[in-house]
Formats: sequence, structure tokens, C-alpha cells
Amino acid sequence: MQHATSHNFKNNAQRALGDAQLQRALGHVKKNFVERRAAAAARLPEFEALRDHARDIKNHVLENLDVYLERFESKVVANGGQVHWCEDAEAARQTILRICRSVNAKLVTRGKTMIGEEIDLNDFLEANGITPVETDLGEYIIQLRHEPPSHLIAPAIHLNKEQVAEAFRAAHTDLDPKRALSEAPALLAEARARLRSRFLAADVGITGANFLVAETGSSIIVTNEGNGDLTQTLPKIHIVLASLEKVVPTLEDAATILRVLARSATGQEMSVYTTISTGPRRADDLDGPEQYHVVLLDNGRSRMLGSEFRDALRCIRCGACLNHCPIYHAVGGHAYGWVYSGPIGAVLTPSLLGVEEAGHLPNASTFCGRCESVCPMRIPLPKMMRHWREQEFSRHLSPPAARWALQLWAFVAKRPPLYRLVTGIGARLLKMGGGRAGRLRSLPFAGGWTAHRDMPAPEGRTFQQLWAERGRR
Amino acid sequence: MSDARAQVLGTIRKSLRRDQPSSNQQAEIESRLTDPPRGPIPARGQLASTARIELFVSMAKEAACTIAHVADRAAVPAAVAEYLARENLPAKLRVAPDAAVADLPWSTRPLLEITSGRSDGSDEVSLTPALAGIAETGTLMLTSGPERPTTLNFLPETHIVLLTADQVVGGMEEAWAKLRERYGRGVMPRTVNLITGPSRSADIEQTLQMGAHGPRRLHIILVDGQATAEP
Repeated sequence: MQHATSHNFKNNAQRALGDAQLQRALGHVKKNFVERRAAAAARLPEFEALRDHARDIKNHVLENLDVYLERFESKVVANGGQVHWCEDAEAARQTILRICRSVNAKLVTRGKTMIGEEIDLNDFLEANGITPVETDLGEYIIQLRHEPPSHLIAPAIHLNKEQVAEAFRAAHTDLDPKRALSEAPALLAEARARLRSRFLAADVGITGANFLVAETGSSIIVTNEGNGDLTQTLPKIHIVLASLEKVVPTLEDAATILRVLARSATGQEMSVYTTISTGPRRADDLDGPEQYHVVLLDNGRSRMLGSEFRDALRCIRCGACLNHCPIYHAVGGHAYGWVYSGPIGAVLTPSLLGVEEAGHLPNASTFCGRCESVCPMRIPLPKMMRHWREQEFSRHLSPPAARWALQLWAFVAKRPPLYRLVTGIGARLLKMGGGRAGRLRSLPFAGGWTAHRDMPAPEGRTFQQLWAERGRR
Repeated sequence: MSDARAQVLGTIRKSLRRDQPSSNQQAEIESRLTDPPRGPIPARGQLASTARIELFVSMAKEAACTIAHVADRAAVPAAVAEYLARENLPAKLRVAPDAAVADLPWSTRPLLEITSGRSDGSDEVSLTPALAGIAETGTLMLTSGPERPTTLNFLPETHIVLLTADQVVGGMEEAWAKLRERYGRGVMPRTVNLITGPSRSADIEQTLQMGAHGPRRLHIILVDGQATAEP
């Protein structure tokens, strides 16, 4: 798996907040994605009904996941393809390596897949003498920079074009070092030319899947660039790398979810390329792969299905929760320390890596609820982050100071007379501390909070005192 | 490998706290797979003929397609020649071996150089037939087969698609119906391409740029009896 630094979230976030270039780049997320999604949702009167229906489809699938996976497998086989069940990342990597070696593959093209990141496929292939080339523009850029993606659908969103130009100059050393690369079109043209030759030379193409369709044994990918299509059409072998929960019953179900996917992700009515692939090329076809393999990854998901985090398996990786998250806006994706970031990352990462590694992430939330309000699959993300916080506490993983404070608060809160006494004194003390301005510039034990803003001081009496007075009147 | 399969399915069943679904659930799954229920279909995906075609045209243009309307199939070669001339493209065309486009009266345009077959990446312009146009989003549906190689849809910089007005359906579900009608229930060609506009990327600073890896231009020739030179 990708080396995780999720345990280091606090330091990662601190660094991100001080990174002026990153902060400028994150401005794009806040504005573009949010406005475009809102416009697309407003334009489709049926959008909310579609979200309900999309949620119900995935709930039905998860309730019958074994049956739909078996049906999917039998249809893939009937169409001349193969399904490889893999319990964990290592099994998936070994399966892919075996398929690559069966044709002596030297060069592998890659469509964008989060699962590929999850199992750290590129480093593994490279270590085994196979050159993997990411073909999604954003993924290509971060591959050159040896970085993980910082966003589900815009992996290089943390970079500016000067950094992209720098990466291209360092990698494309056969080109004129004095060439102009200051504008985005020049960068795109260079990537297009470079990757075109890779598409044509590749022995194996690996894509992900947005959906697996049980009815037909098909995989569906959704892209804007067309890189996934060239990846899966030109080489001898097409490998689909997908996790269990991608299965849907029928094309009709895929249609419903497609209607919310692009609108939630980029605000498009429909992504440019939605491609349904079924088996290898047919006998008389003039092109297409000779072999079709589906590598079906579990990696903890079958256990997640039985936990209170089941609803997170409805996720379709649109990125809307990241785009609307004030924490993501502030620190970006890399601070989360693994491949999934934002609210969905805060729920998935502890499920997949363990709460010991990623227990901090669910704390990175203001519980403002925007993630849940825009999630096309209506995943109750704040509730799930709260579940993780409870687990972190009950497993004694939260820091001692926080535990002591909570225990002290619980002791007082369980004793109403004591609670009234303490809060009454506290409110008066804070009012005095606030002075004439009615604001507190610093507070003991809350320096982290008051370092960036003043705390409004209470007006002297507690809520309970005010309520009691009201009752007498 | 089969161990892994048993293991994964076993864990799923344990998580679901049951071995097999109840017979009611199994019946529900069967009926869902054989007679797929439709979800909410947007009202705009259910328009009548003229409005449906108008919606297709406006949505496709919004997705950055260009569209030429022609009166009948015999007028297609002239429309292609005009488009190539207007865009300063060479008068050379790689055509899918499908009768719908290969058997057009190309001899009426002797200056057009027509070849047919798959693309090896050296063709600048291709012409392929669509199976359907989806009005809801201005999407084209193309299917692969011996007469319709997929490489033609992606390698050339300019992709021209032939669509007839009677192929334009309202929503995706009607396009699935067309697939089932042509290939049979649960049967699919190797590739079904739903294409909504030309290739693009916004991966550099969130700035939209056209022509990422697939075609930079997507031109639709719509046979609908309304000959116009409108781009």
C-alpha cells in the first residue's frame, strides 16, 4: 500500500497552511467546483429524486453484494473474460504482475484509478522491471513528481503550471530545453504527443471502473480526456482494476448514478467519454484487446460491509465532499496522508488502514455538514466521522489531555448542582476576563483556538440561569 | 485463487449475517436483472420528436460539438467536403467499413480520398456511424464491431459522426433499449462509447483545454431533412 502519513495529520496540516503556493491552488477548488455543481444541480429538477434513487440502488446492491458479484463474474466469463478475486493489495499486485508477465510486458499504460493508488501499483511494477505510464494528464504529472494524488478527480490540483513545466523539463530531456512551456496549451500539447507514442507501444492497459454491471458483465469508465479509452483499446490486454462495491445490477441503474456523477463532480451534464466494455475483442473485430481481465479487490471492504461504516461503500468517488469541505479547502489533499482525502478520506482511511494510523482524520471536521448535503449518494459522512471519534476515544487513542478534559467534563455534567455551580462561576469569570470589549484574546488550555481569533465573552449568566428566570416570569 | 473467491464471498455473507438471500430477495434480483426497472427519467429526456431533436442539437453544441444538418444520406459527402475545407483539414478521410458510411455516394466528391478500416494513429479525420443520439445530454452512442473499429473514435484529431434524426432518443434508457434490440438482452458488443463533445482536460490549474488525448473536434452530420450550412 501507499506509505501513509495519516498519523502525522497535525504536522501535515500545519505545513499545508503555511504553503503559499498550495493555498493559491486551493482557491480553484473553493470557487470552480462549488459553483459548477450548484448550477448543474439547479438545472435538473429531478436531481434530488435521482440522488434518493441512486442511494437506494447502492443499498440494494450492498444488501445482495455476493449475489451480484457472482452474476457479474458469470457474465464476464460467458463473454470470454476472466475475474480474479483478490483479498488484499498484495494479491492484486501479484495477479496483475502474473498477467503482465504472461505476455512479457515491458510497458503498461494506466487509466486513472484510485484503486491503483490504493495498492501502490506503479512502484511495484517498476520494481519488477515493468514501466507503468499514467495517461490521465493530472496523474501523469504527479507520477513524474512521485507524488500521490491530492484530489479524487483532479489529482494535480495542488500544482501551478510552473511546477508542471518544471516536471516536464526534468522528464522530457530529449526535447529542446529552451522550448516555451509557460502556458497551459503548450504543456497539454507536449503531454499529448509524449503519451500518444506510449499508448501505441503499450503491451497491457490497466483502467479502473466506475461501475461493474451484473446484467451484462461489463465495466464502465468515465473520463473527459479519452485516455482511458486509448489505454483499454490499443494494447493486447485490458485489465480492469476495481473494488467489490463498484457493481450495479443493470444498465438502468448505471444510468441513474451517471446522472448524478458528473454533475456532482465537475458540474458537467455528462462527462465526455462514458465507455462500456464487455469482454475481449470479438472474433472479427478490427481492434480492441485480445484479453479482458477484471481484478476484483476486497482490501477490507467485505468487513466494512458488516460495520457501521457500510454506507461509505456507496461512494462513487465524485469528489463533491472534498470540494465543499472547509478543512480540505484549508489544507488540501496531501495533508490527509494517504490516497483518499477530504471527508470521505476521513471515513475510508481508518476503515482501510486502521484507526491507529488514521484516527486523527475524523477529527479534521467542523461538522458543518456540507459534505453530506452535497453527497450524491447521501452518505452520512459527519455521523461516520463521529463513530470514528467514539472508537478513537474508547480505544484510548486520543491524546491524554483531551481524555482528561472530557472525563472532567463528564464528571461535572453528571452532577447537575455541581454543573450549575461551575458553569455559573465560569460564565462570570469569562465576562470579567472579556472586559469592556466583551472579547477574550487568550484562554488557558485553548491557546490553539485563540491564536487565530478572539473568543466572544459570555454576558455573565448561563443558559440555565436565563431559562430559570424566564420560567418565573 | 478460488480460495480467495470463497474467502471474499464468505466474509461478505458473514457481514450480511446470512448465507443466501431469502427466496423473496432472490426473486427480486432475478426480476431486476431480466426486466430492469427504470429510475426517475428527467422530463427533458422524454420530449416528443421535434423538441427532442432540438434538445439534442443544443446540448451537443453546449458540449462543444459542431453540427451540420443535411437533407438526406446522398448529401453527406458534400457536407463532409465542406466541413473539411472550412476547417482547413486535408481532403482525406478514414471511414468505418460500415455500410451506413462506407456506401455513401463518395464518387460524387472525387477529390475526397476515402480509405476504410481501423486507425493506426496516422489518420487526421475519421467518419463513423452512430447507433443513437441521446437528447438529454447531447450524447452520441457508438458501438464496436467488425465494421466499426473503436480506434476511429479516439485516434484521429477530428472525428465526424453520422447520425440520422430517427436515431435520436430522449434519455439513456431508450439508448439501452436500442442496444438490446440490436444485440439481444444482456448481450453487448466489446465497446459501447457514449461520447459527449470532444476530448478535454482541466488538470492544469483547472483551466479547460480541448483535445487532451482524444479528438480535438467532434462534428456531427445529422440527416434530418433540414439542409443548412450552419456549423
